[in-house]
Amino acid sequence: MTHATDTHTALTAPRRRRFTASERQVSVIRHLVLMSFALVVLFPFFWIVSAAFKTQIDLLMGKVLFTPNLDGFLDVIFDKTSDFARNFANSMVIGLISTFLVLVIATLAAFSLYRLQWPAWVLHSLLGWSVIFHMVPPITLAGAWFTMFRSVGLDNSYTGIILAHTTLHLPMALWMMGVFVRDVPKELVEAAQIDGAKVPQILWHVVLPIVRPGLAATGILTFIFSWNEFPVVLVLSQRQTATVPLGIGKYAQENTIAFTEMAAASTLSILPAFLLLLFAQRFIVRGLTSGAVK
Amino acid sequence: MKTDTFWRHATLWPALVLFALLTILPLIKLLALSFHDVEWINREAVWDWVGLANYARLPQDNLLRAGALNTLIFAVVAVALQMLIGFILALLTTRVVRGRVFYRTVFILPILVPGIIIGAIWKLMYSYDFGVLNSLLLWLGLAPQDWLGNPDLALLSVIVVDVWHWTPFCFLLLLAGLESLPDDIFEAAKIDGASRWQQLRHITLPLMLPTIAVTFVFRMILAFKVFDEIYLLTGGGPGTSTEVISFTIYRRFFTEDQTGYGAAMSIAVIAVIAAGIIAATRATAGKGAKA
Repeated sequence: MTHATDTHTALTAPRRRRFTASERQVSVIRHLVLMSFALVVLFPFFWIVSAAFKTQIDLLMGKVLFTPNLDGFLDVIFDKTSDFARNFANSMVIGLISTFLVLVIATLAAFSLYRLQWPAWVLHSLLGWSVIFHMVPPITLAGAWFTMFRSVGLDNSYTGIILAHTTLHLPMALWMMGVFVRDVPKELVEAAQIDGAKVPQILWHVVLPIVRPGLAATGILTFIFSWNEFPVVLVLSQRQTATVPLGIGKYAQENTIAFTEMAAASTLSILPAFLLLLFAQRFIVRGLTSGAVK
Repeated sequence: MKTDTFWRHATLWPALVLFALLTILPLIKLLALSFHDVEWINREAVWDWVGLANYARLPQDNLLRAGALNTLIFAVVAVALQMLIGFILALLTTRVVRGRVFYRTVFILPILVPGIIIGAIWKLMYSYDFGVLNSLLLWLGLAPQDWLGNPDLALLSVIVVDVWHWTPFCFLLLLAGLESLPDDIFEAAKIDGASRWQQLRHITLPLMLPTIAVTFVFRMILAFKVFDEIYLLTGGGPGTSTEVISFTIYRRFFTEDQTGYGAAMSIAVIAVIAAGIIAATRATAGKGAKA
C-alpha cells in the first residue's frame, strides 16, 4: 500500500534492511498492478492488429496461431472497390485545413480576449457560449448544418465539412490557447505597444514565440479529434468526401462483415495518432492537462 | 495604454463570425424547423407550419424515452465505474518511478483512437462465433454469450467497452492529482496515529475533491454525447436496448427524414443541457460566494 512504511523503522540499521525489503515488495506489487492494467488496455489493440494479419478463414476459425498474411492490407489499400486510400486522403485534407483554421482563429481570439482589454461581459458570454456548444451533442447541430449547407450548395463538399470541423473544435482550442496566451506577460505586450508596435507585429514577435509549444499541443489534439470525428461527417459527407471513420463504419454495416479488411483498415487508421503519441507525447500530455484539468 | 481599435476587433471577429454562422444561425434554423413539417422535393425544402405539434409528440415517443433512459444509465454506470476503478488503481500505484513513460503512453492510447475503431475492435472481440471472449468462455467450459445480440446483455457490453476506453485516462488524471498532494500532511497524520482508512477518508478524499469533480464533469459530458461506438457495435439494438439520445436524433432526423420533428428533439436536448449548465454554474457560484 501507499504508506506502508513506518518512519521509526528507518532509524536503526538492521531494521533499515527490512524497510527496504518491504519497500521493494510494495514496489513489485505496484508494478504488477500497473502491468496487468496495461495488458488489459493493450490486449484489444493487439487483437485487432493480429486479426489484420490473418486470413478471413483463420479469423473465423478463431485461430490463435497463424501464418501472417498481408492480403487484408493489400485489399484495403489497392483493391479497386476499396475507398480506403481516398478516405485516408480526405481525412488528411480535412484534418490539416481545419486544424490550421482552428489555430489561427483561436489564437487571435484568445489574444484579443485576454490581452486587448475587452469588457468582461464579452469574454464571459463568448466563453460561456463556447462551453455550452461544446457540451451539446454534435448530432443536434449536424441536422441544421446539413439543411443549411444543402440550401447553399455546400452539402457533400470539403468546404462544408472543414467549416463544421473548425467550429466543432474551436471551443476546445479557444480554451487551451486561452491558457497559453495568459502565459504571455501583460507588461511585455504593453512595452511593445509603447515602442509603437502594431498588433500583427506583437503577435508575430512577442506572442508567437511564447505560445509555440501551446500551438503544437492544441494543433496535435485538434488534428486527432478531427481525424476521429464521426457523427458530423456521417451526416455531411457522401462517398467522395468520406473520411476514415466513415469507411470503417461501412465495413461493419455490410451483410457479411469483411472482418480482415475492417481490422486492416482500423490498424492503418490508428497509425497517425500512434506516431504522434510516440514522437510528440509531451505536447499531447500538455494539451490534455491544460484542456481537462485547468 | 490605448489599444488600436481596428486590430482589437479584427482579432476577435473571425471567431465571432464562425460562431454566429455555424452555431447561432443553425440554432435559429432548428428552432424554425421545429415548428414545421418539412418535406424535400427536388432538393427544395417545402415547409408546412404545424405549430407546437412536433414538441407535443416528444413525450409520447417511446424511442426517445428509451434513448434518454439508456443514455442516463450508460453515463452514470460507465462514469462511476471508470472513476472508482481509476481511483483505486491510482491509490495502489502512486509514486511508481520506473516505466512512467511506457505506462503513460499505453494509458493515453485509447482516447486518441477513433470511437468508431474502438467499436470495430470490440465487435471483433464480442463476436458470437469467433470472438475471443466466447473462445475464453468455451475454454473455461462455460456457455458462449451473445454479447451484443442479447437484449439483457447489450447495454452492459457497451458499458464495458466504455469503461475499457476511458478508465486509463481517469486513472492518469486522478494519479496526477494524488501525486500533487503535499506529503507533510500524511506524515503528520501518521504521527497522530491515523489509520490508512482514516487518512483516505479525512485527508485524501477531501483534498482530491477538485480533481475528482473535474474528471467527473469531463467524463459525464462525453458520456452523454456517446454515438460512435454504439453506431458500430449495436446500432441501438437489439430492439431499443442500446438506443441512446444522439442515436434517436440521428434516426428521426436523417434515417426517417423527419426534419421538423428531429429539429424539435434537438432543440429540446440543447435546452435541457443549457439549463443544466446554467443551474450548475449558479450552484457553484453561490457556494463560492458563501465560502
